[in-house]
Amino acid sequence: MTSKSLLTEDKRTKARNAAERRFKSYGVAAIAVAMMALAILLTSVIVKGIGAFSQTYVTIDITLPADRLDKDGNRDPAEMAGVTTIGYASVLRDGLIDTLAAAGIETEVSDRDIGDMISKEASATVRNRVLANPDLIGETVNFNLLADGRIDGFFKGRVTMETASRDQNVSPEQLVLAEQMAEAGIIETRINWAFLSLPDASDQRPEAAGLGVAILGSLYMMIVVLVLALPIAVAASIYLEEFAPKNRWTDIIEVNIANLAAVPSIVYGILGLAIFINFMEFNQSSPLVGGLVLTLMTLPTIIISTRAALKSVPPSIRDAALGVGASKMQSVFHHVLPLAAPGILTGTIIGLAQALGETAPLLLIGMVAFVRDYPQAFSDSAGLFGDPSTALPVQIYNWTQRSDPAFVERAQGAIIVLLVFLLIMNAAAIILRRKFERRW
Amino acid sequence: MSLTLPLLFIAALSVGGFFIARSRAQSAAGGDIRKLASLPRQHGLNTALSTAIPALFAILAWLFAARLLSYRDAAPIWVPLAIMLIATLGFILSIMRVSVTFRARTAAEGWIRSLLIGASVIAILTTVGIVFSMLFESINFFSQYRWQDFFFSTNWAPNFRGNSDLGILPLLWGTLYISVIALIFAVPIGLFAAVYLSEYASRRTRSVFKPLIEILAGIPTIVYGLFALVTVGPFLRDYFAQPTGFGDSASSVMTAGLVMGIMLIPFVSSLSDDIINAVPQSLRDGSLGLGSTHSETIRQVVLPAALPGIVGAILLAASRAIGETMIVVLGAGAAARLDLNPFEAMTTVTVKIVSQLTGDTDFASPETLVAFALGLTLFVITLALNVLALYIVRRYREQYE
Repeated sequence: MTSKSLLTEDKRTKARNAAERRFKSYGVAAIAVAMMALAILLTSVIVKGIGAFSQTYVTIDITLPADRLDKDGNRDPAEMAGVTTIGYASVLRDGLIDTLAAAGIETEVSDRDIGDMISKEASATVRNRVLANPDLIGETVNFNLLADGRIDGFFKGRVTMETASRDQNVSPEQLVLAEQMAEAGIIETRINWAFLSLPDASDQRPEAAGLGVAILGSLYMMIVVLVLALPIAVAASIYLEEFAPKNRWTDIIEVNIANLAAVPSIVYGILGLAIFINFMEFNQSSPLVGGLVLTLMTLPTIIISTRAALKSVPPSIRDAALGVGASKMQSVFHHVLPLAAPGILTGTIIGLAQALGETAPLLLIGMVAFVRDYPQAFSDSAGLFGDPSTALPVQIYNWTQRSDPAFVERAQGAIIVLLVFLLIMNAAAIILRRKFERRW
Repeated sequence: MSLTLPLLFIAALSVGGFFIARSRAQSAAGGDIRKLASLPRQHGLNTALSTAIPALFAILAWLFAARLLSYRDAAPIWVPLAIMLIATLGFILSIMRVSVTFRARTAAEGWIRSLLIGASVIAILTTVGIVFSMLFESINFFSQYRWQDFFFSTNWAPNFRGNSDLGILPLLWGTLYISVIALIFAVPIGLFAAVYLSEYASRRTRSVFKPLIEILAGIPTIVYGLFALVTVGPFLRDYFAQPTGFGDSASSVMTAGLVMGIMLIPFVSSLSDDIINAVPQSLRDGSLGLGSTHSETIRQVVLPAALPGIVGAILLAASRAIGETMIVVLGAGAAARLDLNPFEAMTTVTVKIVSQLTGDTDFASPETLVAFALGLTLFVITLALNVLALYIVRRYREQYE
């Protein structure tokens, strides 16, 4: 009989230990893959989207010629409105050509192509500024004009000489000229806060597109969701958790809520389209309808977390209140609810964050429409939150459907904005929980 | 006559009612409120609620009825009058009940309770609304289009001039194919992550990585969609599909499936984590005590014990994958196709719901109405999965309680 030390591994033990290590490494690998996916996702968003926060501008001094912009010379805005943006575009083009000549830059680019280096939006901006202040005519004014999207793309690395040679909207010669202008300080790329405030822009002018309308629309929808979902969810949870008798009827409600939480969001879009738009005839693409749909969608989430918060308040609190003569209703509203408030608030914020990022149902209720006017919170014709609007995630989707790749950069930039909002909301939820949560 | 006036009337009457009833209660007690069965403000509250709740309910009922009868003009004069009458009746009746012995607290709480019940009924109404909104239009659709062709045709070719082929099979195929790929990716990763975090990881590691994985769950699906469109799609095309000759489309089943898999990881892992934690420690101790290694315990004791719960979690993840919209809209493509090649663009039920219901829609044509039939099919499938999963998870929880 051979005696064996416990300290030496035999073959079988070795195999078992190897299996143990292998199994553990699978776990590590799984977490590593998840982390890698997260890292790639976030880096891809940031790298591709950061460009939307800077913008290329052409800075030039232009003397606004009175003979072209105000032929009668009486500085009447109503008459001056007869000059269209095309007229202003030619003034800007001539101004730019003069500036190039003054800076000593020689180029073979045609006058027309030089004019095209300025955004089509710029002439409208200048026109509005002049109409608002007719005295500018005849003066030499320093203008900050948006450069065309492709020139902007060149400075951000999206457009190269090679792609330009295949692109009929921009030529390599224009890019060479743009480089010379950058050296002369006529063109520069700066931080672009206007991205957060400007409305959307048409297909031809990605450089002017911003998130103003979308952010406002999302804000209105969040107000609707908060005002409706919070009270309804709290009331429903109080009933189900504190008052409901255990019978078949309340069992149906319970199963129903659990199921509603798992219904695909697009189904809520169909509901919104059929009920709120076709049946109730609310305005299409209005924040009101969007808010109602998102309310129904987030209700189950908030109800589930509110019930958990109510459940975590110990029964002794209720008993004490009942013992000194409070009614059941008083014990809930005066004692249980305030103690559960932090948990309810946390759940609500998380529900709102979920609603803020939701896209699919909003597509069906017409929020994909192209909207350039800032929506009013209240207007006589459309009522409360009835103005057509768009929303952050829908705006992102919208931009991905456009042909110019500059819009994809805008979409990625909008994602950064959306993620920052979500980060703030989730951080608020975590801080609330840390600060106020009580363990009994 | 608009409903603004009755609303103002109700508000004024119920606020006024509060103060009137309160002072009446005080004078009924002759200044000594100890004689009252309920506090004066409870009387006030009862009057305010008795005035407002029935009248507001009447307004809602009228709005609903008007839409149901497709009544388009402003409300006829008797409607606001009736509403104001209801409010006044509630006001008078509750004022008359103010007395020393009246238990106003119980009465007021009855009203509050009815509000609470009303709020929880909204959950039921939502489901009813979902079912009805899709059922009516689906019936409408099937009266114009043969149901046999819808469920069994393998061709999807909508044509807005009429005469479309609207077979659901290619859409279902795309949906299932993408979901299966997503689950093949997400289930092992999510499960192993959950096992590692709950069985091996130190408290510190767990507190770092669990929230990090859950960040993936908080990212909106539009972000995943764009990720599929601009990053994963071109990458798979350039490095896998084109070199191997499988195809040259950036949007493909693989793109959508992979990205959806990433989205499902936290879903699978946090559900499985809960379930694994619910397995009693005594089972583990018994197994370890008999000399099995940690991994043997997990594989042969913990996971089998947790299996029903994990199956439930996978079913929930599957239902989520089937109903997911934005990732497939941006990542999977729009061509309805019955194909086995995972690098080919295919489409899903949700993509077609979006494409048939956005843009110019005509609610009389089968090309638009088909979206409701698709929605109903989707709802039924996900509902069945959810009910099954919730049933399994519930049964499993009870087993160890």
